[in-house]
Amino acid sequence: MAAELQSVDQVKSRLGEVGYLADEPAALVSYLAAQLGKPVLVEGPAGVGKTELAKALSRATERRLIRLQCYEGLDEAKALYEWNYRKQLLRIQTEAQDAGWETVKEDIFGEEFLLARPLLTAIASEEPVVLLIDEIDKTDQEFEAMLLELLSDFQISIPELGVIEARTHPIVVLTSNNSRELTEALKRRCLYLWLDYPDAERELEIVKLHAPELPDSVARRLVEVVHMVRNLDLKKPPSIAESIDWARALLLLGAEDIDQSMLEHTMSIIVKHRTDLDVVAERVGVKLTDGLIGRQSA
Amino acid sequence: MASSDASPPSGFAPRLLDFADELRSEGMHVGTSELLDAFAALEHVPWTSEEDFRSALAATLAKSQEDRRVFDILFDRYFFRAVEREAVERGLTEQQLANDGGYQGDQNMIDLESLRNQIRNAVRDGSDGEMRDLARLAIAAFGREGTGSGVIGVDVQRIRRTLGLKGQSEQEMAARPDPDAVPRERLRQFERHLRRELERDMIERTEALPPARPLREFDRALPTNPLQDLAAVHRIVMQLKRRLATQGHEMRGRRRGRVVDVRRTMRSSLETGGVPLRLRYRPKRPRRPELFVLCDVSTSVTSASVFFLSVLHALHDSFRKLRSFVFVERISEVTEVFERERSFKAVSRAIATDSGVADVSGYTDYGRVWLEFYEQVIDDLDPRSTVIVLGDARTNGREPHAKAFGAIAEKASRMFWMNPEPKLYWNYGDSVMAAYEPYCDGVFECWTTKQLEGFVNALTDQRPTR
Repeated sequence: MAAELQSVDQVKSRLGEVGYLADEPAALVSYLAAQLGKPVLVEGPAGVGKTELAKALSRATERRLIRLQCYEGLDEAKALYEWNYRKQLLRIQTEAQDAGWETVKEDIFGEEFLLARPLLTAIASEEPVVLLIDEIDKTDQEFEAMLLELLSDFQISIPELGVIEARTHPIVVLTSNNSRELTEALKRRCLYLWLDYPDAERELEIVKLHAPELPDSVARRLVEVVHMVRNLDLKKPPSIAESIDWARALLLLGAEDIDQSMLEHTMSIIVKHRTDLDVVAERVGVKLTDGLIGRQSA
Repeated sequence: MASSDASPPSGFAPRLLDFADELRSEGMHVGTSELLDAFAALEHVPWTSEEDFRSALAATLAKSQEDRRVFDILFDRYFFRAVEREAVERGLTEQQLANDGGYQGDQNMIDLESLRNQIRNAVRDGSDGEMRDLARLAIAAFGREGTGSGVIGVDVQRIRRTLGLKGQSEQEMAARPDPDAVPRERLRQFERHLRRELERDMIERTEALPPARPLREFDRALPTNPLQDLAAVHRIVMQLKRRLATQGHEMRGRRRGRVVDVRRTMRSSLETGGVPLRLRYRPKRPRRPELFVLCDVSTSVTSASVFFLSVLHALHDSFRKLRSFVFVERISEVTEVFERERSFKAVSRAIATDSGVADVSGYTDYGRVWLEFYEQVIDDLDPRSTVIVLGDARTNGREPHAKAFGAIAEKASRMFWMNPEPKLYWNYGDSVMAAYEPYCDGVFECWTTKQLEGFVNALTDQRPTR
């Protein structure tokens, strides 16, 4: 129930309990989304936890998560609903002989023949849900326009059936990697949240949360190195998920410290381009030769 | 900043509307629905906390990162001014507050040396509140003895020098730690506090607000460091690629070789009782366009050419059918360089040293460039190719050869020109933009990533059918 989220601090602590350390704006906007019943548009670089935020919200509110992964060419038949034409055809064939056309027509456009896709599922659900529309920027503008009715009125019009209204109020989270500008109309209906890479302190907390056995000094060092790497001009800067992966890998290897050779052996976990690997080895690896320097810049 | 209870004061709504007006005047789209959202949101946040207040407003009013930047600048300015205006109206001054015992104003007691250390520590720790308090103390100690120059920027620097504060970037700190230095970012923060306190001080003395000036393009422009900019450029070029790839299905492609979409055909056959009368086809994916990019790398556009080279570099990451050329006096193809070298640094070095840009005088000769370009690639141009020129159209008084340019434009499907100079300077001096403009499908001024985005929009939104 929406009553679960009563204050910004509560949202923050709830999200923390389910393993997502939200910063102040993220918690505030999530809280507002639940209170105002407005969708949230989350933008930011890849791998800062946009999708994770929606998942965490679903865990924190104990609602079911319904996810719609967007891609180029996604159309309403795959996002909203579709008539189960095979079943309809069978029905027509079995009944055509003895039933009149009118009854068949009535029949085949009933809910029985409707295949609910994620958006319709979210709207029609008895329980309140969290609806995640992931990477909305991958679709085209027509699809955005189709979403407008859903996002502002929480309803879907099906020509043959009429308007289906939401029984409960879902929390809607849209994520975008900002690969194209979304339309004004869509933005107007949403709250806006920009997620960025966390600062060192918060990332340290995140890493510790997910790899608690990692020694403190190593975790701190890891976060420092990741930040250094992000400051370089890379094709794909390391995401939070990748720093967590790295932390787990170091844990498995039983690393006591991150030195140059350790970095070179394991950096393929955080850097995924050949040219990026060279840059990191050249620019960051050198700094790690003398263990003291990295520590002083903390 | 707010000193009242849970409910906003009555004069608050007009203030917010006023603020929205100011946002609009800076080109943000703040509609009525956004404002209603903002008011609704403010009912749910403890509005006495500045951070929450700001975040709630930003979430409802500023809907892109660009907007957010403008929002933050204006928010600081507007609400700072709003508080000051209130103070002026009510005739409140710092002096009174000091007498009320709020803040110790005994200036003679300040020990300069310990103040210096305190400030240095505070700046290093990055504690915001402490820095603000110390900024006031510093102004009290160094700034108020009637020696203020009246120009805030000058005063800020004077105080910083007196305090002996020195900024160092993180790399420098790692390389040669200097015990006196503080991180540069933090120092800027401290300077902002100084600036703000000085401004407050000045308003108090003159009992009037300085007139608000609109933000200049300069304030809003992205950081000029090319390496930082690079990420933004990459992002916009990615956007360009995506748009070129996703739009205009129906206008492209021939009728032959279409693939029947069984699912859709069956679906539509329901209208005719299960008899598939009409075939439905899969939409055809558009073909990739061929791009020819010509980039001016002469000295007159030095600052811009870093930007342009990064645009070129980003384009190369995204388009396979892209040929790029750089020119000064003559033209040379650098497609291979970009394909060979992946890092931006290496590319710019290679172009600077051995790309064979034969420039005898170092002055651009656009006319000659067109003639050479025409000769080299005219056979490769076809109705699918798009030519993009990045340059300032300054011919140094040489023959522009607009006819040759026109012939190239004729052969290619589209021709765009991006000029790194503001429109104001076009056609002054030796700029011959007007000679080329009639042949282009679009000319754009382009010296910020924002404008680059505008170019992307123009390039992909309307598509002339020729």
